[in-house]
Amino acid sequence: MAQSIRSDHAPRSVPRLSGPGTARERLGTFVRRHKLAPYLLLAPALIGIALVLLWPLAQVAIYSFQNYGLAQITGVLPAQWVGFANFSTTFTDPEFWLSLRNSLLFAIVAVPLTLLVGTIVGLLLNRLGKKMSIFVSTAALLAWATPPVSASVLFYWMFNPDGGIVDWALARMPHWLVGGTDWAGYNWATNGPVQAYTMIAILVVWQAFPFVAVTLLAGLKTIPAELTEAARVDGASPWRVFRRITFPLLKPIYLVLLLLSVIWDFNIFTQSYIIISLGNQNEYNLSMYIYDKAFGFPPSYGLGGALALIFALILLVVTVGYVRASIRQGALT
Amino acid sequence: MTGTELTGTTMAPPAASPASPASPASRRDSARIRARTVRQAKSVSLNGLGLLIALATLFPIFWMVSTAFKPSQEIYSLTPSLLPAHPTVGNFDQVISGQVTGGIGPIWLFFRNSLAVTLSTVVFASILSLLASVAVARFRFRLRTTLLVLLLIVQMIPGQALIIALFLDFKSLNLLGSLLGLIVVYSAQALPVTIWMLRNFVATIPRELEEAAAIDGATAQRIFWRILFPLVAPGLVATSIFAFITAYNEFIVALTFLGQAQSAYTLPIYVTYFFGRGGAAWGPIMAASTMYTIPVMIFFLIVRRRLVGGLVAGAVKG
Repeated sequence: MAQSIRSDHAPRSVPRLSGPGTARERLGTFVRRHKLAPYLLLAPALIGIALVLLWPLAQVAIYSFQNYGLAQITGVLPAQWVGFANFSTTFTDPEFWLSLRNSLLFAIVAVPLTLLVGTIVGLLLNRLGKKMSIFVSTAALLAWATPPVSASVLFYWMFNPDGGIVDWALARMPHWLVGGTDWAGYNWATNGPVQAYTMIAILVVWQAFPFVAVTLLAGLKTIPAELTEAARVDGASPWRVFRRITFPLLKPIYLVLLLLSVIWDFNIFTQSYIIISLGNQNEYNLSMYIYDKAFGFPPSYGLGGALALIFALILLVVTVGYVRASIRQGALT
Repeated sequence: MTGTELTGTTMAPPAASPASPASPASRRDSARIRARTVRQAKSVSLNGLGLLIALATLFPIFWMVSTAFKPSQEIYSLTPSLLPAHPTVGNFDQVISGQVTGGIGPIWLFFRNSLAVTLSTVVFASILSLLASVAVARFRFRLRTTLLVLLLIVQMIPGQALIIALFLDFKSLNLLGSLLGLIVVYSAQALPVTIWMLRNFVATIPRELEEAAAIDGATAQRIFWRILFPLVAPGLVATSIFAFITAYNEFIVALTFLGQAQSAYTLPIYVTYFFGRGGAAWGPIMAASTMYTIPVMIFFLIVRRRLVGGLVAGAVKG
């Protein structure tokens, strides 16, 4: 192997070596002979990723076995190894299980809802005339473009008990439709996890369905029209066409969208931080629980580290699935 | 199939013909009319659904802008109206002058901070990922595939998992209350995705182009600038969009790093800051959110074609 590489490059490097050569040329020859070019090109990006993404992850793992807190950050006391104490504290804390439950339930509801709405809009965009399709996709684009912070503040206002449009509308709807609750001045953010996450789910679906719709539309365009046309002529219902033709063909895209949505929805922090705000422990999701443990008072980076590690491991399982799906779709080719 | 006119209109309900036709010719006509009616009804219902979805999607944005232009007595009115009855720019005035409850300065200050962070991130992420993508798309080297898979995994590490270590590291580097700290973190966070996106672009450029230039005696630099760079420019637009969104929207790192350093706040932190302090000053809050949101919406509309193509390629293909 090494032999063949050298012989490959011998003819090209020989004429250059024969001249006296400036320092610059000699450096070039050195890079070529040792095939350093790809490594040199990669180095800046990889150093950045290593220092900002990988090393902190390793540090978090280290902190999770230490009692890193206020005394350590101010330099009063050195950090001590505490074994699995942070993990046992976590696993015996009912708030941890509550926040994990909130995170899981939220993902279980929000992910299928996002995919469903995205599918409906994607199929619709594929069937609509040009003008209407541009109108719908522009609306979707604007929802997608709204920064999460703006969207969260905006939905908080719409669902606000004082002057919010949602409570106003619900209070004017017939009881058989919206239940017997007194909706006027109803507080969605603090009345409990179900109410808060209903609001966040609507917000997240609103922001995420455009991506699903647009991605599916790109996939739908690759399906030959004759295929679905033929099925329809043969009398297949639209649902049957979707189930037997469209869905099987788009399955790889669906898998990637599913895994991405699971990761995103399990992760949400910005929306829940703004809408729920720190202090409402019974409405925490995992992200907020971690943040509160680490940066609350007193700060406990060790406990936060243990939690972050657990969090990262849960996500790693989904991520491995996502990577496998991407590779199977030909990402590496 | 009996009536040939029915071909292609199998969706027509089989029964329920209103009038009993007299002659075969008029029966044919009525079948044709019925088919057209069904087609029209379908088109109307599809368009109706489209309209409904579009309006429902636009409503929150409309409500944000509408609230921003309302005087406060209309905002808290018991019967909210869709459009402001007496539109005012008072809320915007307050936000721009900084004379708002809980305000910490004119909004331009935070625009400037966000712009500085975002543009720097776009530049750094583009340069670094361009170099790296050429390496992974054009060279064969050990661990190349491993590296690509690693990038896919790294891309998914959530900010919440890293923020504790990042906070402590940047604290010891004295970079917490500064824009530089944010630029470093955002650039690195954008890299795994931007490298993948650009790699897909570089990989589509035929290698023969570069080889032909090399045979003609062009130097590596010349080949890069004259051949590779112009062809990969659309890819750079896509990566710039991604880096832009990453930096402009980022919340958790800015929240944690900037802390009490109000003069370094980026727009999202500014908006949430007086969202928390201003009590119920929804007018100014919506005015600030509108000003924060509109530029990115315009930006999305300008680049929409690239956005769909590029981001989908980035997301679905990696």
